[in-house]
Amino acid sequence: MHRTGELYGHYQTLGQQKESATLGMWIFLATEILFFGGLFMTYTVNRHTYPDVFAFSSRTIDLKWGAINTVVLIGSSLTMAMSVWSAQVGKKKLVTTFLILTLILGSVFLGIKGVEYHAKYVEHHIPGSNYDLYYCTSNPDACGLNGKALEDEKRELADLTEKVGGPVAVNSHSQLFFSLYFGMTGLHALHMIVGAGLLLWLIIESMKGRFTPQYNTPVENIGLYWHFVDIVWIYLFPLLYLIDRH
Amino acid sequence: MSEHIVSPKIYILIFAALMILTFTTVYAATVDLNQYYAGLNVIVALVVATCKAILVILFFMHAYYSSKRTQLIIISGFFWLAIMLSLTLGDYASRSWDAH
Amino acid sequence: MSTTPPKSPGHQMPEEHYLNATYGIRSWLLTTDHKRIAWLYLMGVTFFFSVGGIFAGMIRVHLLTPTGFLVTPETYNKLFTMHGVAMVFFFLIPSIPAVLGNFLLPLMIGAKDVAFPKLNLLSWYVYITGGCFVLYSFATGGLDTGWTFYTPLSSVYSNSAVAPAVIGIFINGFSSILTGLNFVVTIHTMRAPGMTWFRLPLFVWAQYATSIIFILGTPVIAITLLLAGLERIFHLGFFNPALGGDPILFQHLFWFYSHPAVYIMILPAMGVVSEIIPTFARKPIFGYTFIAASSIAIAVIGFFVWAHHMFLTGESTYAALAFSLLSYLVAIPSAVKVFNWTATLYKGSISYDTPMLYALGFIGLFLIGGLTGLFLACLGLDIHIHDTYFVIAHFHYIMVGGAIMGYLGGLHFWWPKITGKLYPEFLARVAAVTLFIGFNLTFGPQFILGFLGMPRRYHNYPPEFQVLNVLSTAGASILAIGYLLPIAYFTWSVRYGRAAGPNPWPATGLEWTTASPPPTENFDVTPVVDWEPYDYKNRPDLGLAAPVAPLAPAHGDD
Repeated sequence: MHRTGELYGHYQTLGQQKESATLGMWIFLATEILFFGGLFMTYTVNRHTYPDVFAFSSRTIDLKWGAINTVVLIGSSLTMAMSVWSAQVGKKKLVTTFLILTLILGSVFLGIKGVEYHAKYVEHHIPGSNYDLYYCTSNPDACGLNGKALEDEKRELADLTEKVGGPVAVNSHSQLFFSLYFGMTGLHALHMIVGAGLLLWLIIESMKGRFTPQYNTPVENIGLYWHFVDIVWIYLFPLLYLIDRH
Repeated sequence: MSEHIVSPKIYILIFAALMILTFTTVYAATVDLNQYYAGLNVIVALVVATCKAILVILFFMHAYYSSKRTQLIIISGFFWLAIMLSLTLGDYASRSWDAH
Repeated sequence: MSTTPPKSPGHQMPEEHYLNATYGIRSWLLTTDHKRIAWLYLMGVTFFFSVGGIFAGMIRVHLLTPTGFLVTPETYNKLFTMHGVAMVFFFLIPSIPAVLGNFLLPLMIGAKDVAFPKLNLLSWYVYITGGCFVLYSFATGGLDTGWTFYTPLSSVYSNSAVAPAVIGIFINGFSSILTGLNFVVTIHTMRAPGMTWFRLPLFVWAQYATSIIFILGTPVIAITLLLAGLERIFHLGFFNPALGGDPILFQHLFWFYSHPAVYIMILPAMGVVSEIIPTFARKPIFGYTFIAASSIAIAVIGFFVWAHHMFLTGESTYAALAFSLLSYLVAIPSAVKVFNWTATLYKGSISYDTPMLYALGFIGLFLIGGLTGLFLACLGLDIHIHDTYFVIAHFHYIMVGGAIMGYLGGLHFWWPKITGKLYPEFLARVAAVTLFIGFNLTFGPQFILGFLGMPRRYHNYPPEFQVLNVLSTAGASILAIGYLLPIAYFTWSVRYGRAAGPNPWPATGLEWTTASPPPTENFDVTPVVDWEPYDYKNRPDLGLAAPVAPLAPAHGDD
């Protein structure tokens, strides 16, 4: 079994091996741009067709969790970059520290996503047979709605229903939004889970002292992957959470 | 791939910029910009997001210090996505252009 | 038949080579040797070709009579769908890249293996896994949506096994992506000293261009089919008008990949032709730089034309004009290649070995296929011939007359290198001619049928079309012989063929400087390249110094 840092038999030099690994990761990330891109295309067409329904649906997602998650994820990119720096300057213990911090922040992100998904479940916003955008205004206690917030939502929903042409249309079209919400954040979360697994492997290897100024390619390349996942979120956040908050 | 070592100072600076931009985009969403120009809210949101993405790509991912080949791969990925988005949206937009 | 093959004077199989270096099923299923992985793919694509071919045979038999007698209309829909899915995704797209590309790429650039050998093996397993899902779909109700999976038929209304099929094709997409990624990195980082970009064989340029399409296009079909599958399983509404969705969106997403996919199918075949023509004309290729650049141009421009599949979906005149113009543009680099191959042949010293027969056939048939593509790209014409047999004839001229003939030509050309054995030349020429005749008889009449208005994907037709349909089916039976013969004699040659020696043709190119079959690590010593490609006028070591006379078949030095 190949030990981290050794030369594979089919390469001539370690430099060739490193160049190949990094080039391979960048090309993989390019494929990911197109992979997520198909979802962004679907989102764009649907938001353009149903602007009001999308705006309303977006407002039912809790902005504070999204904003906190954005800060958390960008923070994890910072700690990941710091981990690479630590390897480059030979501070082996710091490599592990920053990797662990990155993993913690990534886990916080996933935990908050879990909280959000649970809220959507409670509010009957998960596409399927239980879906009903009108559930919360009919069952305000279940959704934790009261007072002015409840009145505002009832009024907006009534306006929307009249504008779009009935509750069936509102439910169909808003389900498109939530399908995209779960599809896009779900695919993103899946990538983060894979990233968490890779971070775990990196942490273990870094504790063996494998990453040095001469050899830190895995940290760098997994860092690239992690930053890419961050960039996807940087676009998801405004497109899903910030359609219309005024 | 360049062995240029980016200092933690730069990383912290970039992080600060990203936080400012995050705050900006949240604030801009609470203001009705569409009254000044149709679609201005989404334009601002996308411009801010793109600025954030560029900062992450250039500095956290070291693209600023990387080879032309790497930079070409990055640009190609986004350019190809742009092909898909623009030509598809172009078809949708132009469907109403025929007189009948 | 004697059990010990007669020894050709001066040629023997090397003692140890990649095929006998290790034994046992594990040494094959866990191999990271690109040459063995090429064999694994060869088995896979041949299997799926047979599956697709059986469906094609059933279609042609059914269409012998105007009312169709073999199967019900519903089953007929399944036949053409499964034929398309098996052929496009599991034969045509992988064939040359995964079989010939995997085998040859490291040899042609002087490397020991590809950049990521384990990823290479993984890509084969991903291919097989995707294939299993699709076979499961075929076996449990089949597929009747057309290989294009248009919604909402595929995502809502079809009663066939759509979900496993789209999952299988989704999974298979990652096989392509991994192969493309591997090839691009390999070509960038693993070239031997002296192997500069413009000394690369044109087959390598073709693989590079194909890999660009693998990398940038395949992810889009992956996410699209995933969405369609999710829509079907969870009753989502992206592409379903009843729920506010948009079928046109599906078509845009689908064709964004599937049009460039046809360039995935043809570019490698063009690369093969660019290798064969100079060898059997004993001349350097004409316009090397233009051919290399045209490969990249086709790969890039090919991404801008997809909506020519959607002319009849309500596109405005303006959008249709734009896509029509771009479609004409993408024909130009292809034409550049045809002109360059022709110029290579001019005043060449031509010999008609089997690979050359396939390459010459390619040029003529691709010309017809390509030009009829321009007929379809012409808006006024497309209104009449869209969704008719004209389209079917057009793409079969390219896929069979082009891609498959390129694949077979390549298999014949490099068979001595891959197996160390020679196939029987006379029988192979008979097979090539049989295939050519059978092919033209099958698909030539279909141009006429399409022009006369016979729609595609119909299980029946007006009686006045019967003669042409019968001709087409007759052609198909001859075509089948043309396919079966190589399978038979290739298999025979592995055991009983004459030993080929390192360079039977002889041809220039690094792959011909090593033994046949090559050792596992490809070269005993890393080559250092200091010669230009296709230097057929300047190689006394190969017996190639002007003036040259046509060679006797399979004559070479050791």
